[in-house]
Order: sequence, then structure tokens, then C-alpha cells
Amino acid sequence: MNDSSQQFSTPWQDFLAGLQATLPLAPSVAPFGMLFGTLALTAGMTPWMAQVMSIVVFAGSSQFLAVQLMAGGAPGIIIFLTTLVVNLRHVLYGMSLSTYFKKFPTPTKALLAYLMTDEAYAITISRLRQAEQGVPLAHPGWYNFGSGLTLNLIWQISTAIGILFGALIPDSWSLDFAVPLTFIALVVPSLTGKAEVAAALCAGLAGVLLAGMPLKLGIIAAAIIGILAGVIVEQRTRPAQLPGSPTSERE
Amino acid sequence: MDATSMWLIILGMGVITYLLRFGSLQLASRWTLSSFQQTVLRFVPVAVLSAIVAIELFVPGGQLQVSPLSNPRIIAAALAIGVCLKTRKILPTIAVGMVSLWILQAIL
Repeated sequence: MNDSSQQFSTPWQDFLAGLQATLPLAPSVAPFGMLFGTLALTAGMTPWMAQVMSIVVFAGSSQFLAVQLMAGGAPGIIIFLTTLVVNLRHVLYGMSLSTYFKKFPTPTKALLAYLMTDEAYAITISRLRQAEQGVPLAHPGWYNFGSGLTLNLIWQISTAIGILFGALIPDSWSLDFAVPLTFIALVVPSLTGKAEVAAALCAGLAGVLLAGMPLKLGIIAAAIIGILAGVIVEQRTRPAQLPGSPTSERE
Repeated sequence: MDATSMWLIILGMGVITYLLRFGSLQLASRWTLSSFQQTVLRFVPVAVLSAIVAIELFVPGGQLQVSPLSNPRIIAAALAIGVCLKTRKILPTIAVGMVSLWILQAIL
């Protein structure tokens, strides 16, 4: 239980914490948003279509794919199928966070679901794991909201800039490297045991081997392999212990 | 492709994506997860992020590049991992990784 002499952080403070944790990603996300804005116009979309797509879909890789497919004259059903497959990994994110967000009212979950992305998920789950190890987080919903909203605004603004001004960022800056670096910074501290290391290594290796799979299916397949590896090693090394993961009593 | 079709596709994509995100987030409210299922979920972030990182590092742009000489990102990432193991902080990890990459790109 919480120490009564500790002050709980306020929702606003947790919101700001989520925001601050996410801002370092701006320089790596923004160029993609700008690129999308530019590509969408090249493919024949109007400025409003491009911006609305960023608002309504808010999923970069599927947006890029859709725009290219549209330019190539693909039928809508194909574009829907590729969207479904490319964005399937968000199901893993929702499932993973659903235990932590279980008691939130439905409108709250509806909003947080809209804002869910790779980055918002990674940052939030990392902070939640820290909370399990002793650095409590009083308002995980507000933290997730701060992270997701920040990402969303970055995406909308950079899309708008791309629409208005075209691609201006030199490729040589390699700013996109900040994204895997951030994920590294989040994954490494969570490697607390053999099972986690096994999961990471197997998923990484499988990811590289399966990278040729179309529509980013390789990521899901590799993740499943990594999860299996983690569970197997876990059951061998800690068979009698219940996992230290959230129970239904957790708030 | 005409404008109406494009608008319909945009809307359809939005609905599909949102259902994936919202449906899965509702999961725990509908079903109580067994301890085994919770164990499985615990490995989701490690597995997914490791897969994404590995692909972005070793298969940039769809091309397999595992040689540190032709792919300076591998060395930069290794240095970043080292910094992360020591400091456990996000900003130094990113900073060391980016600076290492710029230096290596200038040298190689």
C-alpha cells in the first residue's frame, strides 16, 4: 500500500509527466508527418483530405501505405485489408493496457483508445512497469493521455507543415533513429530476468528473419515468438510463482 | 480515384483502426484474465518493441544490413544500450545514440 506520508501526484502532474516523456520523440516523428503531408498531395489528395486522414486514422505506416495504394489505383477493399493488417499490433497494445485501465469509465477509454500509438504505448507501459517496482503512478490514465495527446498534436502539426511546405528536412540528419533509440531506452530497463531477455532476443531475431513479410506481419509474428519464448523460460525458471502482474483488484 | 472514393476510404480506415484500438482496450472489462493470460501479456511490450528495434536496426528500408561497417546504426545502438544499462535514463541514451551515429556517419 502507499505510504501515507507520500504526496500523491495530481492528475495534471501525471498528464505533464506523460507529455514530458513524449516530447523527446518530436524530432523523430515530425519528419514522417511532414513526409506524409507531402506524399498525400502528390498522390492526388486535397490538403483537407490529407489532414483529415491524419486526424481520423492517426496511424503513420497505414497512412503511407494507403496513399501509395490510392495513387496506384488499388480498390478500397484492398486498402481496408492492408490497414487492418498493418494496424493489427494495436490490439496487443490495447490488450496489454486493458488490465491497467479496467476501471476507467468507457468515455475515458474511448478517448485513450483514439490516441493509442506505438510510442504512447511504449512510454506508458514503461512507466507502469516502473510503478510496479516502487515508483508509484497515481493517475496512469492521465499519464497515457499526456503522452498520446502530445503525439497526436505533433502528428497533426507536422502533417499540416508537410501539406503546406513540402519536405524540408535533410535526410542526412537521420532523425528517425531517435525512435528505435527511445524504444531501446524503454526496453533495456525492463530486462529484469532471464525470461525477459529471452523474449527480447527471440523477438529481435525473429523480427529480422521475418522482416520480409508483407504488411508488417513480421512484427506481429516476431512478437508472438518473443512472447512464447518469455513464457516458456518463465515457466521453467519460476514455475511456482504467480506473475507479478496486475490483478483485478488493482486500481 | 475520385474524391468521394477517397473520402470513403479515409473514413473506413479510421473506423477499422479505431475498432482495433478500442475493442482491445475494452478487453479486461469484458473478460477477467487468468494468471497465465496475464503472464503472456506481461511480455507483450518487450517482445513487440524488441522486434521493432531489431528490424529498424538490421533491416533499414527493407534491406538486410548486419555489418557494423556498412551500418553505423548498429554501433550507435550498441553504445546507447551500454549507456542505458549504466544510467537507466532515456535522454542520455538517445543523446549518446544520436551523437555516435552522426560521428560514425562522418567518419565512415
